[in-house]
Amino acid sequence: MKLFPIRGGIHPEYRKELSGERAIEALPLPSRLYIPLQQHIGAPAEILVSAGDLVKKGQVIARRQGPISAHHHASTSGRVVEVTEIPAPHPSGLPQPTIVIEPDGKDEWAALPEPIADPFAVAPEVIEERVAESGIVGMGGATFPAAVKLHLGIQYRIDTLLINGAECEPYLTCDDRLMREHAEAIVDGARIMAHTLGAPRIVVGIEENKPQALAAITVAANPFPNIEVAALPVKYPMGSERHLTLAITGLETPARKLTADLGVVVHNVATARAVHQAVRLGRPLIARVVTVSGGAMREPKNIEAPIGARVSDLIDFCGGFSQRPERIIQGGPMMGTPLPNLEVPVVKGTSGILALTADEINERPADPCIRCGACVNICACGLTPVELAAHIRHDDLEGAAKLGLSDCVSCGSCSWVCPSHIPLVHYFNYAKGALNARDREQRKTERTKTLVEANAARQERLAAQRAAARKPKAAPAANEVQA
Amino acid sequence: MIGGEATKSGPFAHSTNTVQQTMFTVILALSPATLFNLYLFGWPSIFLFGVTIGACVIAEAICLALAGRPVTHTLSDGSAILTGWLLAMTLPPWAPWWIGVLGAVFAIPLAKQAFGGLGQNLFNPAMVARVALLVSFPVVMTAWIAPHPLFSASAPGLADSIAITFGGQVPDGVTAATALGYVKTELSRGIPVFQSLVEYGRGTNLTYTPDLMDLATGYKPGSLGETSAILILIGGLFLMRRRIITWHIPVTVLGTLFLMGTLFNLLDPARFAPGLFHVISGATFLGAFFIATDYVTSPVSEKGQLIFGIGVGLLTWVIRTFAGYPEGMAFAVLLMNSLTPIIDQYTRPRLFGRTRKGEPLPLKGKA
Repeated sequence: MKLFPIRGGIHPEYRKELSGERAIEALPLPSRLYIPLQQHIGAPAEILVSAGDLVKKGQVIARRQGPISAHHHASTSGRVVEVTEIPAPHPSGLPQPTIVIEPDGKDEWAALPEPIADPFAVAPEVIEERVAESGIVGMGGATFPAAVKLHLGIQYRIDTLLINGAECEPYLTCDDRLMREHAEAIVDGARIMAHTLGAPRIVVGIEENKPQALAAITVAANPFPNIEVAALPVKYPMGSERHLTLAITGLETPARKLTADLGVVVHNVATARAVHQAVRLGRPLIARVVTVSGGAMREPKNIEAPIGARVSDLIDFCGGFSQRPERIIQGGPMMGTPLPNLEVPVVKGTSGILALTADEINERPADPCIRCGACVNICACGLTPVELAAHIRHDDLEGAAKLGLSDCVSCGSCSWVCPSHIPLVHYFNYAKGALNARDREQRKTERTKTLVEANAARQERLAAQRAAARKPKAAPAANEVQA
Repeated sequence: MIGGEATKSGPFAHSTNTVQQTMFTVILALSPATLFNLYLFGWPSIFLFGVTIGACVIAEAICLALAGRPVTHTLSDGSAILTGWLLAMTLPPWAPWWIGVLGAVFAIPLAKQAFGGLGQNLFNPAMVARVALLVSFPVVMTAWIAPHPLFSASAPGLADSIAITFGGQVPDGVTAATALGYVKTELSRGIPVFQSLVEYGRGTNLTYTPDLMDLATGYKPGSLGETSAILILIGGLFLMRRRIITWHIPVTVLGTLFLMGTLFNLLDPARFAPGLFHVISGATFLGAFFIATDYVTSPVSEKGQLIFGIGVGLLTWVIRTFAGYPEGMAFAVLLMNSLTPIIDQYTRPRLFGRTRKGEPLPLKGKA
C-alpha cells in the first residue's frame, strides 16, 4: 500500500535479535503478586478487597472510578495478604497502594462473564462495557483505558482503525512475538474494535524488520477484505500514534487535536489481543507479554507474566544477570524509565525490562553544543532542540514554550543523535514540569485572588446590609422620641 | 536547577557520534589535500603548518587554563587542532613563522574563546584570523610562490627552509601570481580577462606555466592547502559519505559561484572571468566543503544552509569581481556568519500539526 513519509527519525541499534527468536514462555507462578491500584492513566481504581480475603483468578479486586479509570483483577487464585504501599514501577519510586496476593497454586478461575458468541451482532456499548469490565488499557505503554478510546466511535465518525505493530523501540520483541504466535487473536480483536468504533477499514502497521510478523498477520487478515497490512519503513519513532497515522493515512493530526478528529483511532496489537480474550473468552487482562532483554541479561526471553509479578521474578526466570547492569529500564531504551529497584511489579503497561550495560547506554558527560544541527534534522516533530535547550539553560521557559516545547513527544531521538551527548530530553522534561508547576501556581494565585475579592465583596455587602438594617431601626427610634 | 541523577530521563541508548570523532574525521578528510600541498611547497610549508597548529593548541590550552576549564579534556575534542589546520591551509606557504603564531592569537583567544569557547563563536575562527592577517600584513599575505616540490631540484634544502620560515629570507624569483590575482591585476591595467587568462595559461611574464589540468589538480601557486580542487573534493565527498556534512552548503556555494561567473562572462567576457575559472580557482573548494560548512557558524536547518550557501557563493563572486581583493571567500564566509542567527530564526522547520505561523492545522473536511 502507498505510505507517506514522516519527517526526520533515527536508526538506533535495534538489538532485537537478542530475544526475537525466543517464543513466548509463561512465567511460573511467583510466590507473591503485587497489584497496584494505579496501572493506567486516569483515576486510581477503588479497592474492593481487604487483607485475608480469598480471591479467584480473574476476580475484580479494584473497581474503576470516574470516567477515565480501569478495573484490576486478581491474576491468580489465592489470599490477599495485605494492602500496602510499595514503590511504583516509576523512576520517582514513590509508594502507591498495592494489593498483595499470596497464590494458592490452584490457579482457579472466578466465575467469568459469558463469552460474546457473535460480537458483530451486539451494540457497541456492550463491547465497550466488556472491555471496561476486563480492565483493558493501552498496552503499548501509554496505558490509556481502552474502553474510553473505543467510545470515541460515538463522538467522532471513525473510518480507520490503525493497529500499531510498529514496535519501533529497540530491544522490544513482545509485540513481534504476539503477532507471530497469536495473529488470529489480534486480527479478531481488531475486527471487534473496528465494529465497536464503526470503522469500516482496518490497517495493521508493522515495521519491515519483522517479516515473520508481517507474514503471520497477512495470513490471518486474508479472509477479511477490510483489513490491510502496511509494511512500514524501519525508522524510530514510527510507532508514535500521530506519526503512524501520518505514515499510513497521509493525515497530519493538528496540534491539540486527537487522531479521532481525523477519523482515525490507533490501538496496540497487544490491546487487540486482550480485547479478543475479553470478548470471546470472557477473560480479563491479568497477564501480558514482557520482553526481558539487554546486554547484561543472561538469557533474554519473551515472558507472559501475570500482572503483579515482580521484576526480580522475571529476571530470575531469565537466569539473572551475566554482568553487572548499568541500569534496569522498564520499557524500551528510548522512552523507557529507570526502575527504582527490582521489587516493583510488572503492570499492564510493562512492555520490556532491560538490563543494559554501560557500553549499550553509552552515556558520557555533556560537551558543548557545536550546533551540528543533527537534532533539528532528525526531529520528527519539526522542533529545533538546539534552540529549545539554549532557552531552557537560561531559564527562559516561555521562550522554549513559544518554540513548540509542548509539541515535543519526548521520543528521545535528539538526545540519541547528539554528538555532544547533551541530555536534551532531560531538559525538555524539566521545562515541561516547571511550566506545569508554574501554571498550577498561577491558577492557584488567581483562584486565591478571586476568593479574596469575592470575600471582600461579600463583607462589603454584609456591611451594607447591616447599615441598611440599622437605618430603619434608627428612624422608628426618632419617631418614638417624637411620640 | 535541572533534576539530579535519580530522575534522569532517557534515552538509555546513544549513537556513537562524538565531537572528537567529528573533528578528527574532518581532519582526516583534509589530509589528502594537505599532504599534497606540503609536498608541493616543501619544508617551509611544513614548518609553517606545524607552527600554526602548535600555536593554536597552546593558545587554546592557555585560554582554558585561565577560564578554569578542564584543559586536557577540552583539548582532546580536536577543535583547536582543526582551527589551526584550516588556518594554515589558507596561508601563503612560505610565510614567516610569526604569521602562524599571530593567526593563532586572532583565531583562538579573540575569535573563539572570547565568545565562550567551542560552539559559542559567531565567526569562523580560522577565517577571522586569515582576514585579520590579510588586512594587517597585505604584502606577506599575498606572497605566493610557484610549486617547489619536495626533493625536486628547485626545492629549498632544510637549512634554506629554516631561513625562509624562521628568518623571513624568501629567495628572489620564486614568487608567482595566483590565477585570480593575475587576472585582477591585468584587468586593472586594461587587459581583458579572456586575454589575461590565455597569457596566464602560457606563462607569459611568469616563472611557471600552468594549464587547466594543473589548475584542477593543484600544481599551481596558491595557499598552503587550497590548491588542489580535486583532492579537496575527494575529502568533501568523504565527509558527505560519513554524514558529517550534507550537500546543501557545498552545492549552493559552488553552484552560485558558477552561475554568476557564467552569466556575467557571457554578457561581457572582457570584464568577467568564466564560471568554471571561479570554481576551480583560489579557495573555492576548500571554502565550500570545509569552511562554509563549519557547524558552529552556519545555520542548523537544511533550508537555512541553502540560503547560507547561496549567500557565500554570491558574495565571493561580488568581492572577487568588484572589490580590491582578488579572493573573496574568507570575507564572504564571515559576512554570512553574521547572518547565521537571523537565517536560523527564519528557517525553522514547520512544527508537526501546526502551520508555519505556529497555529494548529485546520481540520480538513472532517466533522
